Amino acid sequence: MPVKGQTASGPLLAVSNLTKLFGSFTACNAINLQIEPGEIHALLGENGAGKSTLVKMLFGVLAPTAGEIAWNGEIVRITSPSDARKLGIGMVFQHFSLFEALTVAENIALSMDRNVSLARVAEEASHLSRVYGLPLDPKAHVADLSVGERQRIEIVRALLQNPQLIILDEPTSVLTPQEADRLFETLFKLKSEGRSVLYISHRLEEVQRLCDRATVLRHGRVTGACDPRAETPASLARMMVGSEVAVVTPEGTNTRGDVQLEARHLSVPARTPFAVSLKNICLKVRAGEVLAIAGVAGNGQSELFDALSGEYPVADDKAIQIRRNPVGSRNINARRLMGAGFVPEERHGHAAVSTLSLSDNLVLARNQSDRRAFLGGGFLKIIRQGAVKAATKRVAEAMDVRKSGEDPPAGSLSGGNLQKFIVGRELDRQPAVLVVNQPTWGVDAGAASRIRQALVDLAKAGSAVLVISQDLDEIFEVATEIAVISEGRLSDPYPARELSREKIGLLMGGMYGKTEGAGAAHAH
Amino acid sequence: MRIELEKRPKVSTLFSVLSPFIAFALTIVFGGIMFALLGKNPVTALYSFFVEPLSEVWSLHELAIKAAPLILIGVGLSVCFRSNNWNIGAEGQFIMGAIAGSILPVVFYDWQSPVVLPLMMLFGMIGGALFAAVPAFLKAHMNTNEILTSLMLVYVAQLFLDWLVRGPWRNPQGMNFPETRTFGADAILPEMIASGRTHWGFAFAIVAAVLVWFMMRYTLRGFEITVLGQSARAGRFAGFSSRKMIWFSMLFSGALAGLAGIAEVSGAIQQLRPVISPGYGFTAIIVAFLGRLNPLGIVAAGLVLALTYLGGEAAQLSIGVSERVTRVFQGLLLFFVLSCDTLIHYRIRLVWERFAATKTEEAH
Repeated sequence: MPVKGQTASGPLLAVSNLTKLFGSFTACNAINLQIEPGEIHALLGENGAGKSTLVKMLFGVLAPTAGEIAWNGEIVRITSPSDARKLGIGMVFQHFSLFEALTVAENIALSMDRNVSLARVAEEASHLSRVYGLPLDPKAHVADLSVGERQRIEIVRALLQNPQLIILDEPTSVLTPQEADRLFETLFKLKSEGRSVLYISHRLEEVQRLCDRATVLRHGRVTGACDPRAETPASLARMMVGSEVAVVTPEGTNTRGDVQLEARHLSVPARTPFAVSLKNICLKVRAGEVLAIAGVAGNGQSELFDALSGEYPVADDKAIQIRRNPVGSRNINARRLMGAGFVPEERHGHAAVSTLSLSDNLVLARNQSDRRAFLGGGFLKIIRQGAVKAATKRVAEAMDVRKSGEDPPAGSLSGGNLQKFIVGRELDRQPAVLVVNQPTWGVDAGAASRIRQALVDLAKAGSAVLVISQDLDEIFEVATEIAVISEGRLSDPYPARELSREKIGLLMGGMYGKTEGAGAAHAH
Repeated sequence: MRIELEKRPKVSTLFSVLSPFIAFALTIVFGGIMFALLGKNPVTALYSFFVEPLSEVWSLHELAIKAAPLILIGVGLSVCFRSNNWNIGAEGQFIMGAIAGSILPVVFYDWQSPVVLPLMMLFGMIGGALFAAVPAFLKAHMNTNEILTSLMLVYVAQLFLDWLVRGPWRNPQGMNFPETRTFGADAILPEMIASGRTHWGFAFAIVAAVLVWFMMRYTLRGFEITVLGQSARAGRFAGFSSRKMIWFSMLFSGALAGLAGIAEVSGAIQQLRPVISPGYGFTAIIVAFLGRLNPLGIVAAGLVLALTYLGGEAAQLSIGVSERVTRVFQGLLLFFVLSCDTLIHYRIRLVWERFAATKTEEAH
């Protein structure tokens, strides 16, 4: 497919002094950025660096407060996504906007002109998907598709507009390594046609492999523009984070103790039509061990967490044991009283209530486990604000939680700081068992390394830690044992040192058997 | 020109205090416009609506009598609303409380004893709570929408009362009027102060408001209500049960509405009639929101809304407008209260011209 109306020279997109204020908060501060035709340009930065705000302005979702955007040398005002599409900008968001109940073709047709027939859309879409190596069945219902396939719909949808610039927001965060490889091939093909790609990521290896140039953002400012291939991951990370990231040290001999957390043939039916059922899950975590459960999002991780935490107890008492007590049917507070702590994936509205203060959020998780310290007045159960505030302060200091004021609402903290508080809230109790779901999801590199180190230290101090994570780097940093969850089934655990990324990738794709050795898995 | 809503970085404390006052002021302004359109002098009309009722001792007593049920119900509803349960049927629970509380003085009218009155109050609370248990059960176990079920049950209660006073409970010596016996002396809630009619229902309302304020502010139960109202998922993580909270909040608000019902009947009317409430149960929803779901704010809001009832009566007499003016004012007030709350989270900006054009010119 030819690229339309391209001028011979000069940058395709030039952004100068683009600024966006949200109230008094400067999300983007005088950003300058140039994208040449036919290049893959990386936009690097931690969470909250302003990457998403910047691309939303480029795609007409947000209006800039100041600054200008030039397209093929002409200054343009992009006031809506349809303006952006008309110019030739396509975008694939991190969170897909797809209707699960509709088919692939119907979802694509929704973003097209009204007078194009569904059959033609389907035909064009399947043609494009063949050309670009993005296999898609136009008649399939979105609900039945994997996250990788859903992403392909978004990409095809963007390609149908024949864009000169395609913006991809953290495209690989939801993909298996194999799926990511395929995506990269597609991107190279787009590049060879003379199209430009703006590739947003915080994965340094990918950026080095893929991108011609990189612009690095930190705290809403451009802190570097470079050729990523000429840099080292460490130097890129420095630009992103502003300081050297502490390296988590999992080494050191953990002495393995008794089994502290065990699941025996745990099976849980799906609670909702879109949930995953857990099938015969067996796991053991010993004192001193970090068992990491890898897997692509939506393969039963949150269901496993719900069952282990007791937020949704299971019928069979013996299916889950905490420190040798059968607890399957007990609720979350009963499990906490046995020495377990829990950190869910979602910070806002699950692990914490954004509108409540940090001290209230401390009471949230510890109102029963610490009732002697935190509650008074007999049956009135009056919350002892003094004791709670002191504990909040202790947690904030131990985890270096940066906050505005003494006891601000949880929602005012950045993701990383809130997550440090949420993890610290449990660590402060020195739990014998800690179950963590996505411990550093959407957290900046500094906070992430702090949290990972805390998990490793907790295990070293003799607790059993179970980490559910999609981030392989994280898993290799913290884990002593690794198992992989796929479609609600859990693989055997492997010692972290013996497992390669390729093997995990295969296990993630459901290619696992109860066999020993990495080679045998290929045979399936 | 266009109007932009810009999200505030932080919730504005100033506007969370000011917003009810702004809403009240806007209600007065638009009420004045309405009177002017009706051909009345807005100043005298507003004066007779809002000021005259406050000028005499007896009318202050009337204000307290009308405010008592509004505050009692509003305080109960605040617990419900804060926990994200939407009991719209307080009017029905008010009526059922009045009926249950009237069993002793109407059916066992011979029994004279000092325990009659406390028992009536207790029965009233049980009656209101049981009637609220219906939507609570349906929501907790059948996943129905409590807004619809509780609202529909209001009409059941109203018609049940109507049937009772025309049928089995009609006063045999009452000339066939649809009324029950008037209550005996032991069944009447006494007056609080010598200067007028204000009965002990007003004291109940104040005590309830203070107790609920204490519960919400200092106790784990209050914390549980807040957490579950903000996020059921976070509540589950804290080990709180949304289902138990449905039961607690519905029964609690039902009991207070029932107490309001029997206090009104026993203190102010002293018998059952086909209609015993000018819509207290619905007006209390406005009271709860005008008071920002804060029990102490609800005391103030209850007095304001009671004034609209009195003002409606006064305006009917002195300037000859329909008493439906009361409803209009209540509706205006609710509308402005809800819309002024926008100011707490957003700031309003008038944009006279598109910024980008001017910026480009500056650049050249």
